[in-house]
Amino acid sequence: MTTRTAEHGTERGTGERRAAGPWLLGVRHHGPGSARAVGAALAQYEPKALLIEGPPEADALVALAADEEMRPPVALLAHVADDPGRAAFWPMAEFSPEWVALRWALRRGVPVRFIDLPAAHSLAGSGSGSGPEEPSLAGPEAEAEAEAEAGEGTAPDGPAEPAGPVAGDARVDPLGVLAEAAGYDDAERWWEDVVEHRGTAASGDALAPFEALAEAMGALREEGEAGEEGGASRDAVREAHMRLRLREARREFGDDIAVVCGAWHVPALARRTTVTADRALLKGLPKAKVSVTWVPWTHRRLSRSSGYGAGIASPGWYGHLFSSPDRPIERWLTKVAGLLRGEDYAVSTAHVIEAVRLAESLAAMRGRPLAGLTETEDAVRAVLSDGSDVPASLIHDRLVVGDVLGEVPRAAPAVPLQRDIARLQRTLRLKPEAKERELELDLRKETDAARSRLLHRLRLLDIPWGAPTHSRTSTGTFRETWRLRWEPELSVRVAEAGIWGTTVLAAATARAASDAADAGALAEVTALAERCLLAELPDALPVVMRVLADRAALDADVGHLAQALPALVRSVRYGDVRGTDAAALREVAVGLVERVFVGLPPACASLDAEGAAEMRTHLDATQQAVGLLSQVTEDGGLRGRWTAVLRVLAEREAIPGLIRGRAARMLVDDGRLEDGGTGGTGGTSSAGEGDGTRGDGGAARLMGLALSPGVPPADAAAWIEGFVGGGAGGGMLLVHDERLLALLDGWLTRVPGEAFTDVLPLLRRTFSQYEPGVRRTLGELVRRGPVAAGAVGGGAAVGHGAAGGGEEAAAPGFGPGLDRDRAAAVLPTLHALLGEGPDGRDRALTTTGTDTPSGERR
Amino acid sequence: MDCARVENGAGNGRGTAAVAGRQDGEAVALRPHAEDAFAKELAALAAADDRPRPERWRLSPWAVATYLLGGTLADGTVITPKYVGPRRIVEVAVTTLATDRALLLLGVPGTAKTWVSEHLAAAVSGDSTLLVQGTAGTPEEAIRYGWNYARLLAHGPSRDALVPSPVMRAMAEGMTARVEELTRIPADVQDTLITILSEKTLPIPELGQEVQAVRGFNLIATANDRDRGVNELSSALRRRFNTVVLPLPATPDEEVDIVTRRVDQIGRSLDLPPAPDGMAEIRRVVTVFRELRDGLTTDGRTKLKSPSGTLSTAEAISVVTNGLALATHFGDGVLRPSDVAAGILGAVVRDPAADRVVWQEYLESVVRERDGWKDFYRACREVSA
Repeated sequence: MTTRTAEHGTERGTGERRAAGPWLLGVRHHGPGSARAVGAALAQYEPKALLIEGPPEADALVALAADEEMRPPVALLAHVADDPGRAAFWPMAEFSPEWVALRWALRRGVPVRFIDLPAAHSLAGSGSGSGPEEPSLAGPEAEAEAEAEAGEGTAPDGPAEPAGPVAGDARVDPLGVLAEAAGYDDAERWWEDVVEHRGTAASGDALAPFEALAEAMGALREEGEAGEEGGASRDAVREAHMRLRLREARREFGDDIAVVCGAWHVPALARRTTVTADRALLKGLPKAKVSVTWVPWTHRRLSRSSGYGAGIASPGWYGHLFSSPDRPIERWLTKVAGLLRGEDYAVSTAHVIEAVRLAESLAAMRGRPLAGLTETEDAVRAVLSDGSDVPASLIHDRLVVGDVLGEVPRAAPAVPLQRDIARLQRTLRLKPEAKERELELDLRKETDAARSRLLHRLRLLDIPWGAPTHSRTSTGTFRETWRLRWEPELSVRVAEAGIWGTTVLAAATARAASDAADAGALAEVTALAERCLLAELPDALPVVMRVLADRAALDADVGHLAQALPALVRSVRYGDVRGTDAAALREVAVGLVERVFVGLPPACASLDAEGAAEMRTHLDATQQAVGLLSQVTEDGGLRGRWTAVLRVLAEREAIPGLIRGRAARMLVDDGRLEDGGTGGTGGTSSAGEGDGTRGDGGAARLMGLALSPGVPPADAAAWIEGFVGGGAGGGMLLVHDERLLALLDGWLTRVPGEAFTDVLPLLRRTFSQYEPGVRRTLGELVRRGPVAAGAVGGGAAVGHGAAGGGEEAAAPGFGPGLDRDRAAAVLPTLHALLGEGPDGRDRALTTTGTDTPSGERR
Repeated sequence: MDCARVENGAGNGRGTAAVAGRQDGEAVALRPHAEDAFAKELAALAAADDRPRPERWRLSPWAVATYLLGGTLADGTVITPKYVGPRRIVEVAVTTLATDRALLLLGVPGTAKTWVSEHLAAAVSGDSTLLVQGTAGTPEEAIRYGWNYARLLAHGPSRDALVPSPVMRAMAEGMTARVEELTRIPADVQDTLITILSEKTLPIPELGQEVQAVRGFNLIATANDRDRGVNELSSALRRRFNTVVLPLPATPDEEVDIVTRRVDQIGRSLDLPPAPDGMAEIRRVVTVFRELRDGLTTDGRTKLKSPSGTLSTAEAISVVTNGLALATHFGDGVLRPSDVAAGILGAVVRDPAADRVVWQEYLESVVRERDGWKDFYRACREVSA
């Protein structure tokens, strides 16, 4: 108690109060060293009142900090009452000096005041500019981030705060300057060495470190302010307010007051100014009505990587430094070893010993007083993990950052998300009722669309108020049916979801982004993309897409890729229906399809029956996706490349019969099988190069090959299943193309007796799926068999016969020549259908003759 | 050994033929040892170095790190950087040598492992020649000791008949020993090192004696981490080492620079004319290698699968050199996409099944869409078909 910090660096210091006076404890927010020093100083000086940098609106909430259920990290949240999107956070961890001071004061019954500029002003000011009402992308930090940009300084950022890119003005980095003077290249490390790692000296004055720091800051500020003209910056206003509050407190409690604030502010608080000057600075500030509450926080959100400007890179490490009574390095490395052992790395005690030694030698070599995080990380890498990065990143994730989750007592005021939901429920006239009821929505109506969005967003947030159901009355993309029921526990869910954001939109966006990052399977991400579209989260979609593209690129399993396709393609279609910009989605979908193209042929080789059946569903999914995609994209080559892939599949020997048959069938359906033109070039050539020879000569060739006598009957049967199996339309091909039927018939009669029993179940499975009508027709055709089969079979002759004919070349599977009389009979009906005049007769006839052979037959 | 990452400033590097100051008559070494080539820098450092030195070290750890990373001394002497890369790697390596743990340098081929080890030994002990080259046939004698059989037969077993290995000499004199390609050495021979590294002693049972390591002894081993499976270190041995992984070049420009310089050097020795317009192609090769290696496109927007090969800088150098030879002897002398396409394919597709898919995906999803890469795409498709 020999000096008064406030007098340092100011010329007006008078001796009379040196022994007492407000003690200004300049800290680095979230600095464990600062926290310890603050604790020691408070214990030594026992102030009668405590002032903390923070929003004065929170004065009423101070008592909650003493609550049993309150567990740091937590944050003070202030938001504009009727616009929860405008919010600011003051996070506090167990090792934050503010928290330590707060708890000390509560234990001693010492009154606590927050002295920063009221949030009422700071939020009102920031709302107009780059206001955080637009929930920006990607995280519950959105507000915090926006807040850091818009209202730099409303959050209790570190003394490094003026270093940040404050609205474009390039102020010097005070810590950087100090660090450079001390010969450090990294300001953070310098701070750690000088303050954080230096335990409070056992003897001596607990205020000493604060004095030294205040002096340095004072010198820095003098330099900074000389160059800074008209510094009516936010800082000046805030500091004016802090001084006023400090004066008030001194009138009330005398001089035995401690102030905990960012080190940067200390010289300003010590400065003597007149009340009027300070009042003048504060005059005419905009004002908004704000609500304040405590919200749970996490270590992850404290860390800088999550985008919170004033964050710290290693909350877990700081927590460790703060909580370990002694030998922090030894304890830390023991913790690391425990973690690695849990993950099945062989880590012995000898390893830990060596790691500690290396860390300490490194610190000595680098001239640091104590090994820090960098040294331990280097030591862990060199000693414990054999140079590998995998354990290092594990340690970073689990220990250096850590998974600590804070808790807030029930008594804390409602979170803004709750208010936002209530507001939306009011405007959309959707009352939360405990009774279940059904809700029909017509998405073309604006209110209904908004209701749908709200329900979808809430579902994303795990607040299942409504569950989508199938409508009994109507179907269609424009209709949605929901079953609504508000259960009391949903309120708890709302409170839990509060950590994601302050509005439904922001929270859902943040949640979707986080879910995307955590999703396991590729299909989960595509499903999420679909939900984002339904919930209309334009800001979340790019993040999800990005994750999706990454997952797709790294996933080596074609099955996963193909599984992800349907939902994605559906999303592309929905996107179009709902008018969302689905270009990005389309791009990803096309990329995914391309990957499937590349991976499919190798993945199909050497599969067993089960694998082949599964692959067949993937094949179908891809076929469908390509069909839909080539409609919505301009990429004409997509279909061509798919055809090339199918050709490879249909012809490669190592691929199971089922897949080959399926691929052949798809080629037939798309009209891409020219006669004999199925060379194994594998290139993207010749897709749809219509040279007049259309039809299924190629199909007959492929079928002939697959059903050759040399092929094991079981393989052939599988091929048949692939080619003509599968529900609707499967059998129609055989009904209409008797040549194929004849080939099949011929093969079946050749199957030896002993093999027949093996083949039978397969064939039965194939044919039993046909509709009864198709089955009967087929049966009749086969009974009539010899005539039809004989007549057509000759023309087919496995290969070239059909294409080699003259002008009246037969369509494959049909007799030669055109029976004009019979064709003419259907023309009147056709005209009636097409609405053409008689002059279109010739054209219609030729068209019929060349392009729709089935018409001629009828 | 490759010095790809080392700055070839004035008067260093492999290309330097001799050390200035040698007498005229003396035959000129093709490649002088590090401690000779950089004798001046070492002397200047020793003079300027006032920090505590571990016993028998020529320099303090700080000065060793400066020697490797480069810098300017108080007296104005410029120390050329021997290793261009992260500072912390060198610091960990030097600190390890100052403790009694051995140092294991890991890395894919072409990351200057041997180069770093040579310079560390030169700076710490002033002698980089205590070297054991690891091969599949390295015998135990190369690590422990052998016998001079003539003497052994004539006089019986004695210290005079003993032929000490480099490691044994290093132990006796408190120097730094080096073992190259540790994982190529058969496992039973590797394990000879365990006693040396943990007990710091080498028993000679034939004489009933032992050689105890004096302070200052340490060992630097290098190993290729792609070949880790060849003769995986036993965990007992591994525990005696601190591992430092030397990374590949950090930035594309750095790598392009290294490739260009090395291709130029190699090209000259093969009498290939310098490629007039090869820069674009070199950049492309480096881009392809880096993207596949990192599994990420340079714009950071698309992730990719990585093939099983290393795709090290050294391989990029050989692809370009090959392409240059093709262009010179069979083309028009200008390095074109078709000249490098086959080389790239060979480097990327090591495993015919998995790598081919990786390569095809890369071609279709990245190369096809990229502006100005049409020729390259066509050339690659031609050779990959």
